[in-house]
Amino acid sequence: MSNINWRIILNHTILLIGVIFMSLPVWVAFSTSTHSAETILREGLQFWPGTNFIGTYREVLFEQGGVMKSVLGITMLKNSMILGIGFAIGKVIVSMLAAYAIVYFRFRLATPLFWIIFLTLLLPLEVRIIPSYEVVAGLGLLDTNFGLIVPLIASATGTFYFRQFFKSIPEELLEAARLDGATPWRFFVDILIPLSKTMIAAILIIMFVVGWNQYLWPLIMTTKEENYTLVIGIKQIYQILSEGGELPQYQKAFALTILATLPPVLVVLFFQNWFVKGLVESEK
Amino acid sequence: MATVKLKNIKKTYPNGAVAVQGVDMAIEDGEFIVFVGPSGCGKSTMLRMVAGLENITDGEIEIDDRVINKVSPADRDVAMVFQNYALYPHMTVRGNMAYGLKNRGLPKTEINQKVTDAAKMLRIHDFLDRQPNQLSGGQRQRVAMGRAIVRDPKVFLFDEPLSNLDAKLRVQMRIEIKRLQRKMGVTSIYVTHDQTEAMTLADRLAVINDGRIEQMGAPIELYNNPATLFVASFIGAPQINLIPVQFDGKNLNSGDLQFSGFKDLPENTDLILGIRPDVLEPNNDGQLEMQVDLVEQHGAENLVYGALNGASTTDGYITEICFKTNQNTQPAIDSILRLHFDHSHAMVFNKETGERLI
Repeated sequence: MSNINWRIILNHTILLIGVIFMSLPVWVAFSTSTHSAETILREGLQFWPGTNFIGTYREVLFEQGGVMKSVLGITMLKNSMILGIGFAIGKVIVSMLAAYAIVYFRFRLATPLFWIIFLTLLLPLEVRIIPSYEVVAGLGLLDTNFGLIVPLIASATGTFYFRQFFKSIPEELLEAARLDGATPWRFFVDILIPLSKTMIAAILIIMFVVGWNQYLWPLIMTTKEENYTLVIGIKQIYQILSEGGELPQYQKAFALTILATLPPVLVVLFFQNWFVKGLVESEK
Repeated sequence: MATVKLKNIKKTYPNGAVAVQGVDMAIEDGEFIVFVGPSGCGKSTMLRMVAGLENITDGEIEIDDRVINKVSPADRDVAMVFQNYALYPHMTVRGNMAYGLKNRGLPKTEINQKVTDAAKMLRIHDFLDRQPNQLSGGQRQRVAMGRAIVRDPKVFLFDEPLSNLDAKLRVQMRIEIKRLQRKMGVTSIYVTHDQTEAMTLADRLAVINDGRIEQMGAPIELYNNPATLFVASFIGAPQINLIPVQFDGKNLNSGDLQFSGFKDLPENTDLILGIRPDVLEPNNDGQLEMQVDLVEQHGAENLVYGALNGASTTDGYITEICFKTNQNTQPAIDSILRLHFDHSHAMVFNKETGERLI
């Protein structure tokens, strides 16, 4: 018995160290963001929260010039939301339809096409960023949400996940539906979508986080400040920090960082049940 | 209410595998037909071709004299019960049963009426608002049947519907399926590999082997008068005893054994003597000598298994024999018994071709 107890203690110690190791920087960033610029400059990073929480966050979120010249923190938050949500929903729709075609319509090139889609995983956005920019710019879609989101929504990963999932759905369901007079569209809507609910949720969550964290693409696609996303904002505020002249506003940079991590964390926390279910569920 | 005709049906898969090689069959209105055969014999493929789930390589299928080769599954007016039930897991029992009707655009009240009626008939009325995963295997099976019944189709197709149930439930459902089919009078095709199911359910039975119909007829006809060695060995449980023999012009010989009373058989040809376990009886003057090695007690009857002494080997192994007796006959293990059979009850087959000679 005592053996096992030691083991548990050891395991938990390791886990605890891991948790502290991962969360301490976040905590320090949060604490520091609640102090005034002067305190930070004088005393460095702060471990315990200060008194400036409301002041800093209000300034960052709602006051013009709080972060940059004209754009408000709340606007950037909104832009990030639009990007994250649009990105996730777009990816789910496109990859579900692609997987549906590949799995259920036995056209001749289905398998090679799937592998071609899969191969695009090897070509990250950065590789095709210039041609993509050219296309979007040529269409006059710079600085629009449409131009920001649509070029990103084709997803090899999503297609792959949905394909594997559809393949695990028993063939007889399709056959039963065909005998029941379901058209391909009805089968998709009435049967595949409800069955994929947890899978859709899992992919929505993953893709929301990925979309939220996009940096390079929105940086290139947005030229006006009011279209900046939070992630770009963080970058910009650090740039301002180093430009000198004024007192560096470290607390605002930290506040913005905390704000930027919050939504993905909340999404994962609230939907983690769905998320886990979608990834491990085998009962059909 | 429909007749089904298969006319020289063939199925070849794209990889060249031949599943069905020329099947002709005429099914009468209201008939219960069972396709039985070992796995991979093409019976399911034939059923799926009737359903429209497999393309027909060659030949024609007619339902009520209308060729349906190119008709989509939904428009053939057939309903199918699958082996794994294939219920829509996210829909309630009601949703499952109503789905086909909804797709056909029936008005809501009519759908409700039909679902309720079918559910009452199948005694699943209390589960209408449950989901399939809250039901037992037997209940799921009923829902699957309900889904077929509400459609009021011309033909019912059953693809091994009972093989996922436990033995007791299987017998129960078998009886229910038969009753239901009688009551509704719907033409039915039922696929199984279980010969007991086949015997008990069928009006007519088609024994299928290697993509061909070996023999088709009433179950008892197939039992008493199998046309081939395959049918003889497939139909009947326990299996028919098969003894390798040769004909010398007067007698059938197997090793040291001689059986008289047979004539007009080819000489110098490998033949098989087939004797059903229930026509053998212990008798001190019997033609066969058996060394008992196992007695299976089934309650009312005992099955006695053992080696057939003196006979030629079957494919290099000792030829075994089994006979059926009442519960009071309980021979000791390793005892020697003599068994008698009336030669008019014996069958003789050509070993090579499987053809029945006597």
